[in-house]
Amino acid sequence: MDNSVLIDMLKKMVTIRYFEESIYDVYTRGLMPGLAHLYIGEEAIAVGVCENLKRDDLITSTHRGHGHLIAKGGDLNKMMAEVIGKETGYCKGKGGSMHIADPDLGIIGANGIVAGSIPIAAGLGLASKIKNDGRVIVCFFGEGASNQGAFHEGINMGSLWNLPIVYVCENNLYGISVHQSRAQKIKDVAVRAKSYDIPGEVVDGNDVLAVYDAAKIAVERAKEGLGPTFIECKTYRWGGHHVGDPGTAYRAKEEVDMWKDKCPIKRFKSLLIKERVLSEPEIERLEEKVKKDVDVAVTFAKESPYPLPEEALEDIII
Amino acid sequence: MREITYAQAISEAIAEEMRLDENVILLGEDVGILGGNFRTTTGLYEEFGEERVLDTPISEAGIVGCALGLAIRGMRPIAEIMFGDFLCLAMDQIVNQVAKIRYMSGGRIRVPLVIRTNIGAGRSSAAQHSQSLHSWFLHTPGIESVMPSSPYEVKGLLKSAIRDDNPVVVFEHKMLYNKKGEVPEKECLIPIGISEVKREGGDVTIVATSSMVGESLELAIQLEKEGISIEVIDLRSLVPMDEETIINSVRKTGRLVLVDEGVTRGGITAEIATMVMEKAFDCLNAPIERVGNENTPIPFSPVLERYVIPNREKIEKAVRKAIK
Repeated sequence: MDNSVLIDMLKKMVTIRYFEESIYDVYTRGLMPGLAHLYIGEEAIAVGVCENLKRDDLITSTHRGHGHLIAKGGDLNKMMAEVIGKETGYCKGKGGSMHIADPDLGIIGANGIVAGSIPIAAGLGLASKIKNDGRVIVCFFGEGASNQGAFHEGINMGSLWNLPIVYVCENNLYGISVHQSRAQKIKDVAVRAKSYDIPGEVVDGNDVLAVYDAAKIAVERAKEGLGPTFIECKTYRWGGHHVGDPGTAYRAKEEVDMWKDKCPIKRFKSLLIKERVLSEPEIERLEEKVKKDVDVAVTFAKESPYPLPEEALEDIII
Repeated sequence: MREITYAQAISEAIAEEMRLDENVILLGEDVGILGGNFRTTTGLYEEFGEERVLDTPISEAGIVGCALGLAIRGMRPIAEIMFGDFLCLAMDQIVNQVAKIRYMSGGRIRVPLVIRTNIGAGRSSAAQHSQSLHSWFLHTPGIESVMPSSPYEVKGLLKSAIRDDNPVVVFEHKMLYNKKGEVPEKECLIPIGISEVKREGGDVTIVATSSMVGESLELAIQLEKEGISIEVIDLRSLVPMDEETIINSVRKTGRLVLVDEGVTRGGITAEIATMVMEKAFDCLNAPIERVGNENTPIPFSPVLERYVIPNREKIEKAVRKAIK
């Protein structure tokens, strides 16, 4: 793999991490309304997958969507401004953290309904098939979504019609407070791919290269008209369900610490140093640059005006 | 003028729009080879092929979600939900996705999508195949809705719905599918959001929806012989609602009877009555009368079913009360 691709992936992972840490900071200082569902610990998935996509490929995202958006090229300023409800945000303050969309970048929107985007992905993929334009759809969701009816309806259509979709299940083990083992008997969600007669693979979601490789095959399959692939990425949500949830009532500290040791960024950095792709000082410089970009986004968002209240009546048939 | 059935008018409208715009596609249960459970899509599969007329699995949430994905990609899907009752299976997609995406995205994503479904009891189909759930959608900003009352209306409103850049739910009526009516052969478009005065009168206004328009018109002819002059308005669109046409009529007659087949409680008639009180209270000479379904599920036995749904006799009773 080209070094520039590796460096870009590290940069994106670090950007997601700092973006989320800044949101934590902004949120705890009372500057962000609503809820903040952070992606910390899961960065390798969004980046490993989206590195395989072109600008006009499409993604659907979840309530924990900041990472997907950044990995797909989302503008940090517009994202941060949206997250705190400003006029300059992606959706002019109407969507917020859970609904950021940028159709120009193929970001069809984060989604606040668990599994809500899976049937939508079928339509996005069907449009690719009808238009024969080669655009691939990546549909991100968590293991919790796999217990919703919409999951089955959507994937059944994707499979039946051989649509160019990559289903990426981010199994972070918890649906808010409920461990996967208390919500479904299966351990690997990917076994459900079998019932739709599509390939289902389990990968280490904290290994960005493993995710990249799996997604590469899936995206190629989709482009070749071979239909959907299901990739389950095993990972962990470092924080609680959202910033206000410490995540300690239902998880042991040892479990959290064990997963923090498997930090996808730490791991990838060590590899890049070992393989002499980047030196430690180079990584530090990259991190400084990323920090600056995110800080600029925070300042931009803070200094941006709020929308006029009566704009609430726009973008809708009254 | 030539006469065709309501069902034929539907397939004609879809065919015309599909010929005009290759982005128009139809999907739903049994819409293809069978030509629709109510034969509303006859001939479309043969003319346009399975690429544009898709028989789907029995997955209502999947159908609406899939249509939404197509709409986001710039296509103009028409999703059929075979019975209005089955909308319940797709409510997340309709209410949380379809109705919200344009707004949530700050207007960046448009959703030109049509959901065709139906209302109406009268076939002894019992509680899960007879409901008239259209009023639910008043309560969900972001969706337009229409209730065509005749073959002409269904053709014109459906064609406009297909061309609309917002999501539109078209509530057809099961008891109208086989009814014939005049439909011009030339282009037929009826704008959404405009009601029509179907018959002028001076003593009392009836605002009716869907099949109740026909019942109200028959009643108006019948009561004319007694010297009672009824103005009949076909509401046509629930959202956006043509408040002006209703208010103008009430200003003239001073009396209002509202007729709709949905459950009366919390329905469209309650909404219209409130609107009239807010905007034209001063010109009301009598309390507003409402005729609708009893607040029960639809029972199976024809005797019971007839008892709970509105009909001409019930409308007549309401009219007589209003003009007393």
